[in-house]
Amino acid sequence: MNLFNILEEIEKFDPELGDRLNPRRAAIKNITSFGSKVALAAAPFALGTMLKKAYGATTPPTVVEILNYALTLEFLEGKFYANAVDKSGFIPASIHPYYQTIADDEAKHIEFLIAVIKSLGATPVTSPTFDFSAGGGTGTGPLGNTLYNDLGTFQKVAVAFEDTGVRAYKGQAANILANKSSVTPALYQTVLTAALSIHAVEARHASATRQLVGLTPWIISTTAKGNDTGVALVDGNYDGEQNTVQGGVDVTTLKSASGSTTSVAIATAAFDEILTMDQVLKLLVGTFIVA
Amino acid sequence: MKTESQESISGANMARRSFLRYAGVGIAGAGLLATASCTKDHPIVTSNKGIDIGATGDLAILNYAYALEQLEAAFYTQVILTPYSGIPANELALLTAIRDHEILHREFFKAALGANAIPALTVDFSKIDFTSRAATLGAAKAFEDTGVTAYDGAGYLIGGAAYLTIAGQIVSVEARHAALISNLITPGSFAASDQVDANALNNSASIADVLKIANTYLKTKVSASNYSYVAA
Repeated sequence: MNLFNILEEIEKFDPELGDRLNPRRAAIKNITSFGSKVALAAAPFALGTMLKKAYGATTPPTVVEILNYALTLEFLEGKFYANAVDKSGFIPASIHPYYQTIADDEAKHIEFLIAVIKSLGATPVTSPTFDFSAGGGTGTGPLGNTLYNDLGTFQKVAVAFEDTGVRAYKGQAANILANKSSVTPALYQTVLTAALSIHAVEARHASATRQLVGLTPWIISTTAKGNDTGVALVDGNYDGEQNTVQGGVDVTTLKSASGSTTSVAIATAAFDEILTMDQVLKLLVGTFIVA
Repeated sequence: MKTESQESISGANMARRSFLRYAGVGIAGAGLLATASCTKDHPIVTSNKGIDIGATGDLAILNYAYALEQLEAAFYTQVILTPYSGIPANELALLTAIRDHEILHREFFKAALGANAIPALTVDFSKIDFTSRAATLGAAKAFEDTGVTAYDGAGYLIGGAAYLTIAGQIVSVEARHAALISNLITPGSFAASDQVDANALNNSASIADVLKIANTYLKTKVSASNYSYVAA
């Protein structure tokens, strides 16, 4: 997909597009050069600002806010994998290529999202500080120092990150749709398709990371519990996956290969579930992301 | 096996539906597609050449998805009926699970669309050698990869937020399938360059490009005349 050309073309025809996407830009344009420097320092959606927005008010978030949220998640995933694949001798050679592929993909997602945000005249967030003990900055969270010393821990956290990432992107599709009337049709198509396409790659990653730890590539929930990984620490990341009602239809009442109804296992595996921006940030901020 | 339901659809309303179809094609040809798409009517047209997903809008896109899920469900049903020689138990279990997911996707769209659903399609898998692991998994990869590109490529055409979210809920499961099948064929190829571009975005495809592929496995040809594709 040649997104950048599309965006450049749109900007030629619709130079105020960036302003509509990000009203801050208009303010930035009209200030003096001294003011610009101040604005540049202040304008970036610092994570704190974004969190406030996400927790607090704007519904739906703007396209730029959604992209910056996605970028934040990609920063987390990117660092998480880079630490592991770059640590000599940590991941055995037989499976290292799997994680290297994922690490490379996350790095590309970071570059891509930064470029898209910039092409919209907005400012990409910078990477937050991470705490891979999941201690919110204390360094003494529940994972302690096991993440990059115990392969099994790393692999299971990878599964949770990927499944969470899939849910997070999925949760923003409707928010991008809610912005449809305020952007051009071409930009809408480009941004939504890009988000869905990253989402599909995250799902490919989720499938592969699950296979590597002996889980099914899809999430098989029970009525009582969304989480099928056996790691209680990430129950919240899977909460809601046990849903079987889709579009008002309880899909367990639909026929299957074996009869007139469908099991909860099949029903939950066949449909992944969303997480909202608030839900994702509540899971990650104060654990892996230092607020 | 599916001809009865096609006949029932093509019964009483056939004359009106045919008119709408040809009118729609004619209008599209004259460059006034937008006018045609304003209609609230949703002609799902059957003819001896196949069916059309109808006027632009969410019903058409849902029927497009329903067509693809019918194809995938029929494929995996056949895979499990006649598994390739020497299939290991774990592969049989995984392919059975995929069959069950695809059947549920099919049944979901059928239930969601109700009276607006296209008829059951008749498939043609004569080109697939189901006795061969390589041929079967190769076809499975094609179906899964095509399914992912189809949902990713059609998402922007969906107007309803609930429908868009459901499409997202299904496409990630299709992507999980796709990654598994790729890994079964070539370990580690779950996000390879034939499906994922230089920015690490999954490929996406237009309705026309997807239906061209799907129709090679369908006796009942599927058209999307209001999305620039009529089956040959």
